[in-house]
Amino acid sequence: MQKSIKRYFALFALPTVLAFTVMFIIPFVLGVYLSFTEFTTVTDAKWVGLSNYLKAFSNKEFLNALWFTVKFTVVSVLTINVFAFLLAMLLTRGKKGTNLFRTIFFMPNLIGGIVLGYIWQLIINGILIKFDVTLTSSANYGFWGLVVLMNWQLIGYMMIIYIAGIQNVSKDVIEAAMIDGSTRFGILRNVTIPLVMPSITICLFLSLSNSFKLFDQNLALTAGAPSKQTSMLALDIYNTFYGSVGWEGVGQAKAVVFFVLVALIALIQLVATRSKEVES
Amino acid sequence: MKVRKLWSLMLALTLVAGLAVGCGNKNEGSDTTNSGANSGTAPAKAGEIYFLNFKPEIAPVYEKIAKDYEAETGVKVKVVTAAAGTYETTLKAEIAKSDAPTIFQINGPVGYQNWKDYSLDLKDTKLYSYLSDQSLAVTNEGGVYGIPYVVEGYGIIYNDAIMKKYFELSDKAVSVSSMADVKNFDTLKAVVEDMTAKKDQLGIKGVFSSTSLAAGEQWRWQTHLANMPLYYEFKDNTEYDNTILAGLASNEVEFKYNPNFKNIFDLYINNSVTKGSLLGSKSVTDSMAEFALGQSAMVQNGNWGWSQINEVDGNVVKAEDIKFLPIYTGVAGEENQGLAIGTENYFSINSKVSPEKQQASIAFLEWLFSSDKGKAYVTNDLGFIAPFNTFNDNEKPADPLAKEVSNWMAKDGIVSVPWTFAAFPSEEFKNVFGDALLQYAQGNKTWDEVVTIFKDSWKAEKAK
Repeated sequence: MQKSIKRYFALFALPTVLAFTVMFIIPFVLGVYLSFTEFTTVTDAKWVGLSNYLKAFSNKEFLNALWFTVKFTVVSVLTINVFAFLLAMLLTRGKKGTNLFRTIFFMPNLIGGIVLGYIWQLIINGILIKFDVTLTSSANYGFWGLVVLMNWQLIGYMMIIYIAGIQNVSKDVIEAAMIDGSTRFGILRNVTIPLVMPSITICLFLSLSNSFKLFDQNLALTAGAPSKQTSMLALDIYNTFYGSVGWEGVGQAKAVVFFVLVALIALIQLVATRSKEVES
Repeated sequence: MKVRKLWSLMLALTLVAGLAVGCGNKNEGSDTTNSGANSGTAPAKAGEIYFLNFKPEIAPVYEKIAKDYEAETGVKVKVVTAAAGTYETTLKAEIAKSDAPTIFQINGPVGYQNWKDYSLDLKDTKLYSYLSDQSLAVTNEGGVYGIPYVVEGYGIIYNDAIMKKYFELSDKAVSVSSMADVKNFDTLKAVVEDMTAKKDQLGIKGVFSSTSLAAGEQWRWQTHLANMPLYYEFKDNTEYDNTILAGLASNEVEFKYNPNFKNIFDLYINNSVTKGSLLGSKSVTDSMAEFALGQSAMVQNGNWGWSQINEVDGNVVKAEDIKFLPIYTGVAGEENQGLAIGTENYFSINSKVSPEKQQASIAFLEWLFSSDKGKAYVTNDLGFIAPFNTFNDNEKPADPLAKEVSNWMAKDGIVSVPWTFAAFPSEEFKNVFGDALLQYAQGNKTWDEVVTIFKDSWKAEKAK
């Protein structure tokens, strides 16, 4: 068996490698190249050096979007993981209806971002209309709207990952801790959390990168209104690309900066949480 | 063992094959080609021509036309329609392909700047010679790169039934007695404000439909309404006899007619179906529906709005009651001002495809706008007021708003307002201004701030 897997490795890997090259590597390399050029379409580009990057960094909107994104990411990563972990704790106690609740909490994750954005826009506007305002009246509404939306969508997903982690914590360790006279909080702090650290790594990574890269939900919920105060990095890149004639390259440069940022943050986070993982 | 190996190999291959087939099918499907009967009778050297359509509402008509054209001449026309609001995006993607659009459209001189490497000079084509007013074309250094194919007009659409009802009221506070007497902003304002006071008697929720200020729904204000003050501003610039050229040459604007913009904009939001603070959730469709359902008496939009009014379920507005009023803003001498007439639809031919394809594309457009069959499609199905001299007076579309546009154009002493917004620096500029208008309507920005944003944004976008 081992041998035949080795023999057919290339054959089985081929479709994925092909797809990965065509859909990811080539566009990526092309994208980096285009960020140094001025272009209308991707096939004819004129080399302009670093000027796109200079424009991107002197662009006030880009920095605003960056700040908004950072604020949003911090708040939503915290809330998503706290709530997801709490739910996971609740739903691993073997209470009646556990499976039903797990399914229900997971379901929002199956709906696409654009749809969610419009649904929440309706809901939030439906409430705000009682106070004679809309989602676009203040950037704060948009910010908290996005946080609520993101929580609603991701909590279920993260919850499932935490549940898997918590269920893997062996009963023996917990029993031993109880016999040693540990409180429930002590067990959670000193036994459960260290043992589900791998789940925390994954959940933090997923919620962090998803929040940072958020696009559809942002577009559908606020589209940056009022006056781009709620536009996040991805939306800002999109608007730069299509908003002004001749600024496609600048949008591309922003996208490259964006990629570097996301990669950097995700790497740091991975290294930081990995180091905390323990073997049981 | 050997059999099993064979099996796994075959399975793997079928999987891959399935993948390939799946992809292939998807490509075919998304193209909405008219690959129909490509019978061997027509050699069609040019292969096929590819038209990237801008107007989704009439996409089915184009496909019918394409089929007919193929039956008649053997040249296959592939029609792909970009979804609403995504034309530039689609064009950017499509034109980079090896099978690029041969006919696409640009939105005027500013759009031409973006596509100048792809636009063919059409100076020597018959299509250009058909234009009844050749100054409408997009030109650059003696070449002709964009040919307008439809003339549109916008203004304030009103429901004459409600207006008549109002003018018959015994206690109306104005002296005028028909819409024909409303010839300037002051009269309009008096009428509208009195109507708001009596809206229960008239059975309406507000005089104007909601001023749609949701993202992507602001073009009626940040583009169309902004046209009025800038038209007057550029008209004052005596160096140019054309306001669009004056606009293109202006790196900064004074926005000196901004009080006039404020006049009409305030009138819209203060006499609206919807409260000012809630306008950020309204779309153009909402406001056309309000008009169609008789909840409002007036709405600012163009002649393309007819299909939207007509399609609304429970439409109570009769075709003969739909009329146009120019957008009066309180500028001196506006009694002679007509509707805003112009176009932002210009055909361009892709200069980077083979000459055969270019010729075939031009031939198709010439057929569409000069043959009897093509003209019938244009008038009856596409509903275009075509700016070509190949069309006779009886070949004009019959919908009420298009007729109104023609009526206003023909009125003696009335001067139509050109679509000066063709000179607006970018989409970005319009959106920034639209966002500022939203915040003004919600009470989060003062008018002075809006004016500053307008001027700064113009300057910044021009400098890009």
